[in-house]
Amino acid sequence: MSLLAVSDVTIRYGRLTAVREVAFTLAEGEILFITGPNGAGKSSLMRAIAGVTPPAGGRIDFGGTEITGRAPEEIARMGLSMVPEGRDVFGSLSIEENLMLGTGMHSRERGWKARAASALEEVYDTFPILKERRHGQAGLLSGGQQQMLVIGRALMTNPRLIAIDEPSLGLAPNITDQVYERLIALRAHRKLTLLIVEQSSTRAVMVGGRMILMRGGQVLLDGDAGAMGQSEALQAAYFGYGEH
Amino acid sequence: MLQVLFDALSLGSLYALGALGIALIFGVMRLVNFAHGDVIAFSVFALLWPSTDAVAIVFAGQMPWFLLIPFILAVGAGLSVLSEIVVFRRFRHASPATMMIASFALGFVIRYFLLMLFSSRPKSISLLPALSQPVEILGARMPLLQLITILATIVMLFALSVFVRKTRFGLEMRAAAENFTMARMLGVRANRVIMGAFALSGALAGAISIILGAQTGTADIQMGGAVMLMAFIATVIGGLGSLEGAVLAGFLLGAASVVMQTVLPPEARPFRDAFVYGAVILVLLFRPQGLISARGTKERV
Repeated sequence: MSLLAVSDVTIRYGRLTAVREVAFTLAEGEILFITGPNGAGKSSLMRAIAGVTPPAGGRIDFGGTEITGRAPEEIARMGLSMVPEGRDVFGSLSIEENLMLGTGMHSRERGWKARAASALEEVYDTFPILKERRHGQAGLLSGGQQQMLVIGRALMTNPRLIAIDEPSLGLAPNITDQVYERLIALRAHRKLTLLIVEQSSTRAVMVGGRMILMRGGQVLLDGDAGAMGQSEALQAAYFGYGEH
Repeated sequence: MLQVLFDALSLGSLYALGALGIALIFGVMRLVNFAHGDVIAFSVFALLWPSTDAVAIVFAGQMPWFLLIPFILAVGAGLSVLSEIVVFRRFRHASPATMMIASFALGFVIRYFLLMLFSSRPKSISLLPALSQPVEILGARMPLLQLITILATIVMLFALSVFVRKTRFGLEMRAAAENFTMARMLGVRANRVIMGAFALSGALAGAISIILGAQTGTADIQMGGAVMLMAFIATVIGGLGSLEGAVLAGFLLGAASVVMQTVLPPEARPFRDAFVYGAVILVLLFRPQGLISARGTKERV
């Protein structure tokens, strides 16, 4: 059964339709890239999945439950952790406070303190730089460190699915490499399902997995990223010659 | 000299508590709550039976102080939370200007409700009369109430700062003040945080009403207005949304008022407030973002 199912989702801002009847599914343990040029509707789709902007039409299911129109905090509590575009660290809070925020939703459960502490250790093992600066202000971290912080914060929620909007935004290529290296390792280690939005398909082709190509609010291609890298349809979609 | 210091601190305490009440709510939902002053007035009137007579018919006011104080704090917090549930919740997606106007409207509703039950005549009450005895400290004579006001404010500010820094709720509130949407995406419940902020703010309004009621010995439906105006100005000077800034600016305003009262020539004293507001304009000209600018200008819920 699919973990995430997006069925005919349409998103409008006033009279502007940003996403038109988009449908795809994501299976447990899968890695899915959503790529496409600026204005393709990728971020709008992510905001709809996270419950920030409810879609105008269609439905979204997560773990077999409909989540269309539910509040962001409820969706997060079901195990869907969103890392939005631009990272959104809480700059005035310390790094550790940022991380601990992710565990708040479990604070009513038995033994959460011990689990939160071990989750924190795990994040620190994955990203040692965060441990080094854990009492420092998160706003003072570099872009790459902030990206690691928000991924760590998403892990602290103990999610079934992490959705990340443009992890490479504003990062130097070698830093992006590091971020992806950790993500891939984490996925293998924790059996995470990943949904990653990127503007460029290069990263998807490099990492492998499935890729959806969006343009003008619609899905153009859906298939294996490696195979798509070879096809001409990809170029056509980005540069706009060819039909759609 | 010492007398001036104590006067400044006690007046500043009122402004600081008021400013904090406004800043707490502004932080989580970008609402400037002009109904805050009327919550202050309402909390005092909660001690009286409804009547339009000049002499107040005391009802809850006869409770011993250890029941009376929690009662007034609870009334303030309760009314404040109720106003969130009934009114402000429906305006969460509205612009800050719309919310501000809604808060004005709510303030009038509360004030006219009091007017209807109690008439507009100020009523004399005797709230915690034991506190009006004078005490002598380091050679300065002042009412015990002034000393207690200052001490209670310090205790409240300290407790609140520990609460905001050390508890999970405080952490969630700070996160929500900076970026509410992101906080929600981490599972922070919007309703809980906002209602918590309203409850704290209302309890602070209750505290102010105890102090004002005891100081003036009257219950007046207008009594929240003057404090509210100064408190609002303090939140702006402090940097809207910054809790530390609101407290700091509240004390500064209190000090400015008291100092001008003493140093201005007697014939200029009736115009003291004009000088205070002039100073406010000067501060804002040089620091338009406030003394301590708050983080998080991102979109609200």
